[in-house]
Amino acid sequence: MSRYIPPQQNKAGQVFDIAIVVVAIFVALWLPLKLGLAGAAKSIDALDAKTWEALGQNPTMASIWEKLGYTPETAHDIIQNRFHYIIDWPTLIIMAVVLIAYFVFLFRASDREYREVINEKFDDK
Amino acid sequence: MTAAVEVRETVIHGDRVSLLRVLGPAHVWALGVGIVLVGEFTGWNFAADKGGALAALIVCWVVGLLYTSVAMIDSEVTSTVAAAGGQYAQAKHIVGPLMAFNVALFLVFAYTMLEVSDAILLGDTIVAKAGVEGLTHNSFIAATIVVLAWLNYRGVLMTLNVNFVITAIAYISIVILFFSVSPWTQGAVLKLNELVTPGNALPYGWIGVIAAFQFGIWYYLGIEGTTQAAEEVRSPARSLPYGTMAGMITLLIAAAMTWYVCASMMPWEYLGITYYPLWDAGKLTGSPLLENLLFIATLLAALASANGCINDAARAWFSLGRDRYLPSWFSAVHPRYRTPYRSILFLLPIALAFAFIADLNQAITFSILSGVLQYTFMSINIMMFRKKWPLGSIQRGYTHPFHPLPAIVLFCLCVVTFFAIFLGFGSQLIAMIAFYFLISVWFHFYRYKFVRRGDQFTMPWPKPQGY
Repeated sequence: MSRYIPPQQNKAGQVFDIAIVVVAIFVALWLPLKLGLAGAAKSIDALDAKTWEALGQNPTMASIWEKLGYTPETAHDIIQNRFHYIIDWPTLIIMAVVLIAYFVFLFRASDREYREVINEKFDDK
Repeated sequence: MTAAVEVRETVIHGDRVSLLRVLGPAHVWALGVGIVLVGEFTGWNFAADKGGALAALIVCWVVGLLYTSVAMIDSEVTSTVAAAGGQYAQAKHIVGPLMAFNVALFLVFAYTMLEVSDAILLGDTIVAKAGVEGLTHNSFIAATIVVLAWLNYRGVLMTLNVNFVITAIAYISIVILFFSVSPWTQGAVLKLNELVTPGNALPYGWIGVIAAFQFGIWYYLGIEGTTQAAEEVRSPARSLPYGTMAGMITLLIAAAMTWYVCASMMPWEYLGITYYPLWDAGKLTGSPLLENLLFIATLLAALASANGCINDAARAWFSLGRDRYLPSWFSAVHPRYRTPYRSILFLLPIALAFAFIADLNQAITFSILSGVLQYTFMSINIMMFRKKWPLGSIQRGYTHPFHPLPAIVLFCLCVVTFFAIFLGFGSQLIAMIAFYFLISVWFHFYRYKFVRRGDQFTMPWPKPQGY
Protein backbone atom coordinates (compact mmCIF):
# COMPACT_ATOMS: atom_id res chain seq x y z
CA MET A 1 0.00 0.00 0.00
CA SER A 2 1.39 3.41 -0.91
CA ARG A 3 2.15 5.74 1.97
CA TYR A 4 -0.35 8.57 2.34
CA ILE A 5 1.31 11.98 2.14
CA PRO A 6 -0.85 14.58 3.87
CA PRO A 7 -1.07 18.07 2.36
CA GLN A 8 0.93 20.81 4.01
CA GLN A 9 -1.32 23.20 5.88
CA ASN A 10 -0.40 26.85 5.60
CA LYS A 11 -0.43 29.21 8.59
CA ALA A 12 -3.75 30.77 7.65
CA GLY A 13 -5.34 27.31 7.53
CA GLN A 14 -3.90 26.44 10.94
CA VAL A 15 -5.22 29.64 12.46
CA PHE A 16 -8.62 29.01 10.87
CA ASP A 17 -8.76 25.49 12.29
CA ILE A 18 -7.82 26.71 15.75
CA ALA A 19 -10.55 29.36 15.48
CA ILE A 20 -13.13 26.73 14.52
CA VAL A 21 -12.27 24.59 17.54
CA VAL A 22 -12.33 27.55 19.92
CA VAL A 23 -15.67 28.76 18.59
CA ALA A 24 -17.11 25.25 18.80
CA ILE A 25 -15.96 24.90 22.40
CA PHE A 26 -17.46 28.23 23.40
CA VAL A 27 -20.73 27.52 21.61
CA ALA A 28 -21.02 24.07 23.19
CA LEU A 29 -20.41 25.36 26.69
CA TRP A 30 -21.88 28.82 26.50
CA LEU A 31 -25.02 28.19 24.46
CA PRO A 32 -26.72 25.88 27.00
CA LEU A 33 -26.11 28.54 29.65
CA LYS A 34 -27.48 31.29 27.42
CA LEU A 35 -30.55 29.27 26.42
CA GLY A 36 -31.25 28.29 30.00
CA LEU A 37 -30.70 24.61 29.21
CA ALA A 38 -28.19 24.23 32.00
CA GLY A 39 -29.30 23.68 35.54
CA ALA A 40 -31.43 21.32 37.51
CA ALA A 41 -35.23 21.11 37.42
CA LYS A 42 -36.05 22.17 40.99
CA SER A 43 -38.96 24.17 42.34
CA ILE A 44 -40.05 25.36 45.76
CA ASP A 45 -43.03 23.63 47.38
CA ALA A 46 -44.04 26.61 49.51
CA LEU A 47 -45.49 26.14 53.00
CA ASP A 48 -47.72 28.63 54.81
CA ALA A 49 -46.58 27.67 58.30
CA LYS A 50 -42.87 28.35 58.51
CA THR A 51 -41.85 26.44 61.61
CA TRP A 52 -39.20 23.80 62.12
CA GLU A 53 -41.94 21.22 62.73
CA ALA A 54 -43.81 22.13 59.55
CA LEU A 55 -40.52 21.92 57.65
CA GLY A 56 -40.02 18.38 58.95
CA GLN A 57 -37.06 19.24 61.15
CA ASN A 58 -36.63 17.55 64.53
CA PRO A 59 -35.03 19.42 67.47
CA THR A 60 -31.50 18.22 66.58
CA MET A 61 -31.88 19.37 62.97
CA ALA A 62 -33.39 22.68 64.09
CA SER A 63 -30.50 23.32 66.47
CA ILE A 64 -27.99 22.73 63.68
CA TRP A 65 -29.85 25.04 61.28
CA GLU A 66 -29.73 27.69 63.99
CA LYS A 67 -26.01 27.09 64.57
CA LEU A 68 -25.53 27.69 60.86
CA GLY A 69 -27.39 31.00 61.17
CA TYR A 70 -30.80 30.03 59.75
CA THR A 71 -34.34 30.63 61.00
CA PRO A 72 -37.40 28.68 59.78
CA GLU A 73 -38.13 31.60 57.43
CA THR A 74 -34.67 31.69 55.86
CA ALA A 75 -34.35 27.91 55.73
CA HIS A 76 -37.79 27.47 54.12
CA ASP A 77 -36.65 27.96 50.52
CA ILE A 78 -33.71 25.59 50.98
CA ILE A 79 -35.71 22.81 52.58
CA GLN A 80 -38.72 23.09 50.29
CA ASN A 81 -36.72 23.48 47.08
CA ARG A 82 -37.23 19.98 45.68
CA PHE A 83 -36.61 17.97 42.56
CA HIS A 84 -39.67 16.62 40.81
CA TYR A 85 -38.50 13.53 39.04
CA ILE A 86 -40.88 13.11 36.15
CA ILE A 87 -39.58 11.03 33.27
CA ASP A 88 -40.18 12.93 30.06
CA TRP A 89 -40.19 9.93 27.71
CA PRO A 90 -39.84 11.80 24.37
CA THR A 91 -36.78 13.66 25.71
CA LEU A 92 -35.36 10.45 27.17
CA ILE A 93 -35.80 8.65 23.84
CA ILE A 94 -34.21 11.54 21.95
CA MET A 95 -31.29 11.53 24.37
CA ALA A 96 -30.83 7.77 24.01
CA VAL A 97 -31.03 7.92 20.20
CA VAL A 98 -28.58 10.85 20.04
CA LEU A 99 -26.12 9.06 22.34
CA ILE A 100 -26.32 5.74 20.52
CA ALA A 101 -26.07 7.41 17.08
CA TYR A 102 -23.05 9.37 18.25
CA PHE A 103 -21.22 6.28 19.52
CA VAL A 104 -22.14 4.23 16.44
CA PHE A 105 -20.78 6.97 14.17
CA LEU A 106 -17.65 7.25 16.30
CA PHE A 107 -16.84 3.55 16.22
CA ARG A 108 -17.69 3.02 12.54
CA ALA A 109 -15.78 6.05 11.27
CA SER A 110 -12.88 5.30 13.64
CA ASP A 111 -12.70 1.74 12.34
CA ARG A 112 -12.42 2.95 8.73
CA GLU A 113 -9.59 5.29 9.71
CA TYR A 114 -7.97 2.62 11.88
CA ARG A 115 -7.81 0.18 8.96
CA GLU A 116 -5.90 2.80 6.96
CA VAL A 117 -3.47 3.23 9.84
CA ILE A 118 -2.94 -0.52 10.26
CA ASN A 119 -2.62 -1.14 6.51
CA GLU A 120 0.05 1.52 6.17
CA LYS A 121 1.87 0.61 9.38
CA PHE A 122 1.99 -3.12 8.70
CA ASP A 123 2.08 -2.93 4.91
CA ASP A 124 5.42 -4.65 4.45
CA LYS A 125 5.30 -6.96 7.47
CA MET B 1 25.47 7.73 32.73
CA THR B 2 24.26 7.06 29.23
CA ALA B 3 21.45 4.90 30.55
CA ALA B 4 20.39 7.67 32.90
CA VAL B 5 20.09 10.07 29.98
CA GLU B 6 18.19 7.56 27.90
CA VAL B 7 15.43 7.05 30.43
CA ARG B 8 14.91 10.76 30.91
CA GLU B 9 13.87 11.45 27.34
CA THR B 10 11.29 10.12 24.97
CA VAL B 11 11.46 10.59 21.25
CA ILE B 12 8.13 10.31 19.48
CA HIS B 13 7.63 9.95 15.74
CA GLY B 14 11.28 10.71 15.16
CA ASP B 15 10.76 14.33 16.20
CA ARG B 16 12.78 16.04 18.86
CA VAL B 17 9.66 16.26 20.98
CA SER B 18 10.51 15.15 24.44
CA LEU B 19 9.00 15.44 27.86
CA LEU B 20 11.13 14.59 30.86
CA ARG B 21 10.86 11.22 32.59
CA VAL B 22 11.25 12.45 36.14
CA LEU B 23 8.16 11.25 38.03
CA GLY B 24 7.68 8.40 40.47
CA PRO B 25 4.63 6.60 41.97
CA ALA B 26 4.18 9.35 44.60
CA HIS B 27 3.79 11.92 41.84
CA VAL B 28 1.23 9.70 40.09
CA TRP B 29 -0.66 9.45 43.38
CA ALA B 30 -0.40 13.21 43.84
CA LEU B 31 -1.69 13.84 40.33
CA GLY B 32 -4.68 11.50 40.69
CA VAL B 33 -5.65 12.20 44.29
CA GLY B 34 -4.77 15.88 43.92
CA ILE B 35 -7.31 16.26 41.12
CA VAL B 36 -9.98 14.26 42.90
CA LEU B 37 -9.75 15.16 46.58
CA VAL B 38 -11.53 18.47 46.08
CA GLY B 39 -14.62 16.33 45.40
CA GLU B 40 -14.70 15.49 49.13
CA PHE B 41 -14.57 19.18 50.00
CA THR B 42 -17.37 20.05 47.60
CA GLY B 43 -19.37 18.34 44.87
CA TRP B 44 -20.18 14.92 46.37
CA ASN B 45 -22.71 16.59 48.66
CA PHE B 46 -24.88 17.62 45.70
CA ALA B 47 -25.68 13.88 45.54
CA ALA B 48 -27.49 14.39 48.86
CA ASP B 49 -29.48 17.17 47.22
CA LYS B 50 -30.58 14.84 44.42
CA GLY B 51 -31.44 11.82 46.56
CA GLY B 52 -30.91 12.40 50.28
CA ALA B 53 -28.10 11.53 52.69
CA LEU B 54 -28.43 7.76 52.34
CA ALA B 55 -28.41 8.06 48.54
CA ALA B 56 -25.11 9.92 48.84
CA LEU B 57 -23.69 6.97 50.80
CA ILE B 58 -25.05 4.36 48.40
CA VAL B 59 -23.55 6.13 45.40
CA CYS B 60 -20.31 6.63 47.30
CA TRP B 61 -19.83 2.85 47.25
CA VAL B 62 -21.50 2.04 43.93
CA VAL B 63 -19.64 4.80 42.09
CA GLY B 64 -16.56 3.64 44.00
CA LEU B 65 -17.07 0.32 42.21
CA LEU B 66 -17.30 2.19 38.89
CA TYR B 67 -14.00 3.95 39.55
CA THR B 68 -12.32 0.81 40.82
CA SER B 69 -13.20 -0.68 37.42
CA VAL B 70 -11.84 2.47 35.75
CA ALA B 71 -8.61 2.26 37.73
CA MET B 72 -8.14 -1.46 37.01
CA ILE B 73 -8.84 -1.09 33.31
CA ASP B 74 -6.75 2.04 33.06
CA SER B 75 -3.83 0.45 34.85
CA GLU B 76 -3.68 -2.39 32.33
CA VAL B 77 -4.00 -0.31 29.19
CA THR B 78 -1.92 2.67 30.30
CA SER B 79 0.92 0.63 31.69
CA THR B 80 1.09 -0.91 28.20
CA VAL B 81 0.41 2.23 26.13
CA ALA B 82 2.72 4.60 27.98
CA ALA B 83 2.36 7.87 26.11
CA ALA B 84 1.26 11.40 26.99
CA GLY B 85 -2.44 11.89 26.44
CA GLY B 86 -3.43 8.82 28.48
CA GLN B 87 -6.76 7.54 27.22
CA TYR B 88 -6.20 9.50 24.01
CA ALA B 89 -3.12 7.43 23.21
CA GLN B 90 -5.06 4.28 24.13
CA ALA B 91 -7.91 5.19 21.75
CA LYS B 92 -5.48 5.95 18.94
CA HIS B 93 -3.87 2.52 19.16
CA ILE B 94 -6.96 0.47 19.90
CA VAL B 95 -10.05 2.09 18.33
CA GLY B 96 -8.94 4.67 15.76
CA PRO B 97 -8.11 8.32 15.12
CA LEU B 98 -11.64 9.77 15.33
CA MET B 99 -12.25 8.11 18.69
CA ALA B 100 -8.87 9.38 19.87
CA PHE B 101 -9.79 12.90 18.80
CA ASN B 102 -13.03 12.68 20.78
CA VAL B 103 -11.37 11.18 23.83
CA ALA B 104 -8.84 13.99 23.89
CA LEU B 105 -11.70 16.49 23.77
CA PHE B 106 -13.46 14.62 26.61
CA LEU B 107 -10.28 14.97 28.63
CA VAL B 108 -9.76 18.63 27.83
CA PHE B 109 -13.39 19.50 28.64
CA ALA B 110 -13.51 17.42 31.80
CA TYR B 111 -10.28 18.83 33.19
CA THR B 112 -10.73 22.42 32.07
CA MET B 113 -14.23 22.57 33.55
CA LEU B 114 -12.98 20.90 36.71
CA GLU B 115 -10.25 23.52 36.89
CA VAL B 116 -12.94 26.19 36.50
CA SER B 117 -14.97 24.60 39.31
CA ASP B 118 -11.90 24.54 41.55
CA ALA B 119 -11.13 28.19 40.92
CA ILE B 120 -14.75 29.19 41.61
CA LEU B 121 -14.74 27.15 44.82
CA LEU B 122 -11.49 28.71 45.95
CA GLY B 123 -12.73 32.24 45.23
CA ASP B 124 -16.06 31.66 46.95
CA THR B 125 -14.41 30.10 49.99
CA ILE B 126 -12.09 33.07 50.47
CA VAL B 127 -14.97 35.52 50.02
CA ALA B 128 -17.10 33.59 52.53
CA LYS B 129 -14.27 33.55 55.07
CA ALA B 130 -13.44 37.25 54.60
CA GLY B 131 -17.07 38.30 55.08
CA VAL B 132 -16.31 41.70 53.57
CA GLU B 133 -19.22 43.40 51.87
CA GLY B 134 -18.63 44.04 48.17
CA LEU B 135 -15.73 41.60 47.90
CA THR B 136 -16.19 39.36 44.84
CA HIS B 137 -14.46 36.13 43.87
CA ASN B 138 -13.27 37.35 40.46
CA SER B 139 -9.75 38.40 41.39
CA PHE B 140 -9.15 35.18 43.35
CA ILE B 141 -10.35 33.08 40.42
CA ALA B 142 -8.11 34.91 37.97
CA ALA B 143 -5.09 34.73 40.28
CA THR B 144 -5.59 30.99 40.88
CA ILE B 145 -5.80 30.10 37.21
CA VAL B 146 -2.94 32.32 36.11
CA VAL B 147 -0.53 31.37 38.92
CA LEU B 148 -1.16 27.65 38.48
CA ALA B 149 -0.74 27.92 34.71
CA TRP B 150 2.60 29.62 35.36
CA LEU B 151 3.61 26.82 37.74
CA ASN B 152 2.74 24.24 35.07
CA TYR B 153 4.63 26.26 32.49
CA ARG B 154 7.75 26.12 34.64
CA GLY B 155 7.98 22.35 34.92
CA VAL B 156 6.13 19.15 35.70
CA LEU B 157 8.35 18.01 38.58
CA MET B 158 7.88 21.20 40.56
CA THR B 159 4.15 21.18 39.73
CA LEU B 160 3.60 17.69 41.05
CA ASN B 161 5.90 18.13 44.05
CA VAL B 162 3.69 21.03 45.07
CA ASN B 163 0.64 18.87 44.42
CA PHE B 164 1.97 16.08 46.60
CA VAL B 165 2.49 18.37 49.58
CA ILE B 166 -0.82 20.26 49.40
CA THR B 167 -2.82 17.11 48.64
CA ALA B 168 -1.28 15.35 51.63
CA ILE B 169 -2.13 18.28 53.93
CA ALA B 170 -5.73 18.38 52.66
CA TYR B 171 -6.08 14.62 53.09
CA ILE B 172 -4.63 14.67 56.61
CA SER B 173 -7.13 17.40 57.55
CA ILE B 174 -10.00 14.99 56.75
CA VAL B 175 -8.39 12.33 58.94
CA ILE B 176 -7.88 14.85 61.77
CA LEU B 177 -11.50 16.00 61.53
CA PHE B 178 -12.71 12.40 61.53
CA PHE B 179 -10.85 11.45 64.70
CA SER B 180 -11.60 14.78 66.40
CA VAL B 181 -15.35 14.17 66.39
CA SER B 182 -15.11 10.82 68.19
CA PRO B 183 -16.48 8.71 65.32
CA TRP B 184 -16.86 5.72 67.64
CA THR B 185 -19.36 7.61 69.82
CA GLN B 186 -22.72 8.74 68.50
CA GLY B 187 -24.61 11.46 70.36
CA ALA B 188 -21.76 13.67 71.53
CA VAL B 189 -20.73 15.45 68.33
CA LEU B 190 -22.07 13.13 65.66
CA LYS B 191 -25.82 12.57 65.55
CA LEU B 192 -26.39 10.34 62.58
CA ASN B 193 -29.50 8.65 63.96
CA GLU B 194 -31.23 11.96 64.49
CA LEU B 195 -30.24 13.47 61.14
CA VAL B 196 -30.67 10.47 58.86
CA THR B 197 -33.98 8.99 59.91
CA PRO B 198 -36.17 6.37 58.21
CA GLY B 199 -38.41 9.25 57.14
CA ASN B 200 -35.79 11.34 55.36
CA ALA B 201 -33.01 8.90 54.43
CA LEU B 202 -34.32 8.52 50.87
CA PRO B 203 -36.68 11.48 50.39
CA TYR B 204 -37.21 10.74 46.69
CA GLY B 205 -37.11 6.95 46.96
CA TRP B 206 -34.89 4.88 44.69
CA ILE B 207 -35.17 7.25 41.73
CA GLY B 208 -33.35 9.74 43.94
CA VAL B 209 -30.56 7.20 44.40
CA ILE B 210 -30.22 6.88 40.63
CA ALA B 211 -30.33 10.67 40.23
CA ALA B 212 -27.59 10.96 42.85
CA PHE B 213 -25.18 9.09 40.57
CA GLN B 214 -24.61 12.34 38.71
CA PHE B 215 -22.83 13.98 41.62
CA GLY B 216 -21.68 10.73 43.25
CA ILE B 217 -19.15 10.75 40.42
CA TRP B 218 -17.59 13.74 42.15
CA TYR B 219 -16.23 11.55 44.94
CA TYR B 220 -13.64 10.21 42.48
CA LEU B 221 -13.82 12.15 39.19
CA GLY B 222 -10.37 12.59 37.72
CA ILE B 223 -8.46 9.60 39.18
CA GLU B 224 -8.04 8.40 35.60
CA GLY B 225 -5.91 11.53 35.09
CA THR B 226 -2.91 9.61 36.41
CA THR B 227 -2.49 8.23 32.90
CA GLN B 228 -1.60 11.65 31.57
CA ALA B 229 1.77 11.30 33.28
CA ALA B 230 2.54 8.12 31.34
CA GLU B 231 5.27 9.73 29.27
CA GLU B 232 6.84 11.52 32.21
CA VAL B 233 7.15 8.70 34.77
CA ARG B 234 10.41 6.85 35.15
CA SER B 235 8.78 3.41 35.14
CA PRO B 236 5.25 3.42 33.65
CA ALA B 237 4.69 -0.31 34.14
CA ARG B 238 5.27 0.03 37.89
CA SER B 239 4.36 3.61 38.76
CA LEU B 240 1.05 3.92 36.94
CA PRO B 241 -0.78 0.88 38.36
CA TYR B 242 0.73 1.45 41.81
CA GLY B 243 -0.03 5.19 41.91
CA THR B 244 -3.52 4.79 40.46
CA MET B 245 -4.64 1.92 42.67
CA ALA B 246 -3.12 3.50 45.80
CA GLY B 247 -4.93 6.70 44.89
CA MET B 248 -8.22 4.86 44.53
CA ILE B 249 -7.85 3.19 47.93
CA THR B 250 -6.98 6.55 49.49
CA LEU B 251 -10.06 8.14 47.98
CA LEU B 252 -12.44 5.35 49.02
CA ILE B 253 -11.32 5.85 52.62
CA ALA B 254 -11.60 9.65 52.39
CA ALA B 255 -15.05 9.43 50.79
CA ALA B 256 -16.39 7.14 53.53
CA MET B 257 -14.98 9.34 56.31
CA THR B 258 -16.33 12.48 54.68
CA TRP B 259 -19.85 11.10 54.30
CA TYR B 260 -19.92 9.75 57.86
CA VAL B 261 -18.82 13.03 59.46
CA CYS B 262 -20.92 15.34 57.28
CA ALA B 263 -24.13 13.26 57.32
CA SER B 264 -23.78 13.02 61.11
CA MET B 265 -23.45 16.78 61.54
CA MET B 266 -25.78 18.45 59.00
CA PRO B 267 -29.38 17.98 57.81
CA TRP B 268 -29.42 16.54 54.29
CA GLU B 269 -31.15 19.61 52.85
CA TYR B 270 -28.30 21.86 53.98
CA LEU B 271 -25.69 19.29 52.99
CA GLY B 272 -27.19 19.31 49.50
CA ILE B 273 -26.71 23.02 48.94
CA THR B 274 -23.54 24.01 50.77
CA TYR B 275 -20.35 24.61 48.81
CA TYR B 276 -18.15 23.70 51.79
CA PRO B 277 -19.46 20.61 53.61
CA LEU B 278 -16.17 19.78 55.32
CA TRP B 279 -15.46 23.37 56.29
CA ASP B 280 -19.02 23.59 57.67
CA ALA B 281 -18.39 20.40 59.63
CA GLY B 282 -15.26 22.00 61.04
CA LYS B 283 -17.29 25.06 62.07
CA LEU B 284 -19.99 22.94 63.70
CA THR B 285 -17.46 21.24 65.96
CA GLY B 286 -17.07 24.63 67.68
CA SER B 287 -13.28 24.34 67.49
CA PRO B 288 -11.61 27.37 65.82
CA LEU B 289 -8.58 25.19 65.14
CA LEU B 290 -10.62 22.64 63.19
CA GLU B 291 -12.59 25.36 61.45
CA ASN B 292 -9.42 27.06 60.23
CA LEU B 293 -7.76 23.77 59.34
CA LEU B 294 -10.70 22.75 57.16
CA PHE B 295 -10.86 26.22 55.60
CA ILE B 296 -7.20 25.99 54.59
CA ALA B 297 -7.64 22.38 53.46
CA THR B 298 -10.57 23.38 51.23
CA LEU B 299 -8.35 25.96 49.54
CA LEU B 300 -5.45 23.51 49.20
CA ALA B 301 -7.68 20.79 47.76
CA ALA B 302 -9.05 23.23 45.18
CA LEU B 303 -5.52 24.37 44.32
CA ALA B 304 -4.20 20.81 43.98
CA SER B 305 -7.11 19.85 41.76
CA ALA B 306 -6.82 22.89 39.50
CA ASN B 307 -3.08 22.33 39.28
CA GLY B 308 -3.48 18.70 38.19
CA CYS B 309 -6.22 19.65 35.76
CA ILE B 310 -4.04 22.20 33.98
CA ASN B 311 -1.33 19.54 33.75
CA ASP B 312 -3.67 16.93 32.27
CA ALA B 313 -5.67 19.13 29.91
CA ALA B 314 -2.43 20.53 28.47
CA ARG B 315 -1.05 17.00 27.86
CA ALA B 316 -4.21 15.97 26.01
CA TRP B 317 -4.17 19.13 23.88
CA PHE B 318 -0.42 18.75 23.25
CA SER B 319 -0.97 15.19 22.04
CA LEU B 320 -3.61 16.35 19.55
CA GLY B 321 -1.13 18.81 18.09
CA ARG B 322 1.71 16.30 17.99
CA ASP B 323 -0.37 13.88 15.95
CA ARG B 324 -1.66 16.70 13.68
CA TYR B 325 -5.25 16.14 14.77
CA LEU B 326 -5.02 19.84 15.49
CA PRO B 327 -2.40 22.24 14.09
CA SER B 328 1.04 20.97 15.04
CA TRP B 329 1.84 24.38 16.53
CA PHE B 330 0.39 23.07 19.81
CA SER B 331 2.98 20.30 20.02
CA ALA B 332 5.85 22.58 20.93
CA VAL B 333 7.83 21.69 24.06
CA HIS B 334 9.50 24.50 25.98
CA PRO B 335 13.25 24.32 25.26
CA ARG B 336 14.18 24.96 28.87
CA TYR B 337 11.31 23.74 31.06
CA ARG B 338 10.35 20.83 28.78
CA THR B 339 6.64 21.46 29.20
CA PRO B 340 3.89 21.68 26.54
CA TYR B 341 3.82 25.42 27.10
CA ARG B 342 1.74 26.47 24.11
CA SER B 343 -1.04 24.08 25.10
CA ILE B 344 -0.89 25.37 28.68
CA LEU B 345 -1.13 28.98 27.50
CA PHE B 346 -3.84 28.26 24.92
CA LEU B 347 -6.19 26.70 27.47
CA LEU B 348 -5.60 29.50 30.00
CA PRO B 349 -8.02 32.09 28.52
CA ILE B 350 -10.67 29.40 27.90
CA ALA B 351 -10.59 28.44 31.57
CA LEU B 352 -10.68 32.10 32.61
CA ALA B 353 -13.64 32.84 30.36
CA PHE B 354 -15.76 29.98 31.70
CA ALA B 355 -14.79 30.71 35.28
CA PHE B 356 -16.56 34.03 34.84
CA ILE B 357 -19.64 32.90 32.88
CA ALA B 358 -20.51 29.56 34.52
CA ASP B 359 -21.46 28.88 38.13
CA LEU B 360 -20.07 26.05 40.21
CA ASN B 361 -22.95 23.64 39.68
CA GLN B 362 -22.90 24.10 35.91
CA ALA B 363 -19.13 23.82 35.62
CA ILE B 364 -19.24 20.58 37.61
CA THR B 365 -21.96 19.23 35.30
CA PHE B 366 -19.94 20.06 32.17
CA SER B 367 -17.03 18.18 33.64
CA ILE B 368 -19.14 15.19 34.67
CA LEU B 369 -20.71 14.88 31.20
CA SER B 370 -17.34 14.64 29.49
CA GLY B 371 -16.09 12.27 32.17
CA VAL B 372 -18.98 9.81 31.73
CA LEU B 373 -18.56 9.83 27.94
CA GLN B 374 -14.96 8.89 28.51
CA TYR B 375 -15.75 6.08 30.94
CA THR B 376 -18.21 4.66 28.43
CA PHE B 377 -15.41 4.61 25.87
CA MET B 378 -13.07 2.93 28.38
CA SER B 379 -15.44 0.03 28.97
CA ILE B 380 -15.56 -0.74 25.24
CA ASN B 381 -11.88 0.06 24.74
CA ILE B 382 -10.65 -2.65 27.12
CA MET B 383 -12.83 -5.25 25.39
CA MET B 384 -11.31 -4.29 22.04
CA PHE B 385 -7.81 -4.25 23.53
CA ARG B 386 -8.12 -7.81 24.84
CA LYS B 387 -9.65 -8.95 21.55
CA LYS B 388 -7.03 -7.38 19.29
CA TRP B 389 -4.09 -8.34 21.52
CA PRO B 390 -5.10 -11.29 23.73
CA LEU B 391 -3.12 -12.08 26.88
CA GLY B 392 0.30 -13.39 25.94
CA SER B 393 0.44 -11.63 22.56
CA ILE B 394 2.14 -8.48 23.92
CA GLN B 395 3.93 -7.58 27.12
CA ARG B 396 1.60 -5.86 29.60
CA GLY B 397 2.75 -3.76 32.54
CA TYR B 398 -0.23 -4.97 34.54
CA THR B 399 -3.11 -7.36 33.85
CA HIS B 400 -6.39 -6.56 35.54
CA PRO B 401 -8.31 -9.51 37.00
CA PHE B 402 -11.86 -10.76 36.37
CA HIS B 403 -12.06 -9.51 32.77
CA PRO B 404 -14.63 -8.77 31.32
CA LEU B 405 -16.56 -8.18 34.57
CA PRO B 406 -15.05 -4.73 35.36
CA ALA B 407 -15.79 -3.58 31.80
CA ILE B 408 -19.41 -4.77 32.00
CA VAL B 409 -19.88 -3.17 35.44
CA LEU B 410 -18.37 0.07 34.17
CA PHE B 411 -20.59 0.12 31.09
CA CYS B 412 -23.78 -0.57 33.09
CA LEU B 413 -22.92 2.12 35.64
CA CYS B 414 -22.25 4.61 32.83
CA VAL B 415 -25.73 3.90 31.41
CA VAL B 416 -27.24 4.52 34.86
CA THR B 417 -25.25 7.75 35.16
CA PHE B 418 -26.47 8.96 31.77
CA PHE B 419 -30.01 8.39 33.04
CA ALA B 420 -29.12 10.27 36.23
CA ILE B 421 -27.86 13.21 34.18
CA PHE B 422 -31.06 13.09 32.14
CA LEU B 423 -33.04 13.56 35.38
CA GLY B 424 -32.00 17.20 35.64
CA PHE B 425 -29.60 18.05 32.86
CA GLY B 426 -30.99 16.14 29.85
CA SER B 427 -31.08 19.13 27.50
CA GLN B 428 -27.53 20.01 28.38
CA LEU B 429 -26.40 16.46 27.66
CA ILE B 430 -28.03 16.55 24.23
CA ALA B 431 -26.37 19.92 23.49
CA MET B 432 -22.96 18.52 24.45
CA ILE B 433 -23.43 15.40 22.32
CA ALA B 434 -24.50 17.60 19.40
CA PHE B 435 -21.20 19.46 19.78
CA TYR B 436 -19.15 16.28 19.89
CA PHE B 437 -21.02 14.90 16.88
CA LEU B 438 -20.52 18.03 14.76
CA ILE B 439 -16.85 18.39 15.64
CA SER B 440 -16.41 14.67 14.84
CA VAL B 441 -17.92 15.22 11.39
CA TRP B 442 -15.51 18.13 10.92
CA PHE B 443 -12.57 15.94 11.92
CA HIS B 444 -13.51 12.88 9.89
CA PHE B 445 -14.36 14.66 6.65
CA TYR B 446 -11.88 17.56 6.78
CA ARG B 447 -9.20 17.63 9.44
CA TYR B 448 -8.15 13.99 9.15
CA LYS B 449 -6.61 14.64 5.72
CA PHE B 450 -3.68 16.37 7.48
CA VAL B 451 -2.90 13.28 9.57
CA ARG B 452 -0.07 10.91 8.66
CA ARG B 453 -1.80 7.54 8.73
CA GLY B 454 0.88 5.02 9.62
CA ASP B 455 2.55 7.35 12.12
CA GLN B 456 -0.46 7.05 14.41
CA PHE B 457 0.62 3.62 15.52
CA THR B 458 3.78 4.00 17.61
CA MET B 459 3.69 0.94 19.86
CA PRO B 460 6.04 -1.98 19.10
CA TRP B 461 3.16 -4.44 18.91
CA PRO B 462 2.24 -7.04 16.30
CA LYS B 463 -0.60 -6.43 13.89
CA PRO B 464 -3.93 -6.51 15.76
CA GLN B 465 -6.01 -9.65 15.35
CA GLY B 466 -8.78 -9.27 12.79
CA TYR B 467 -6.97 -6.63 10.68
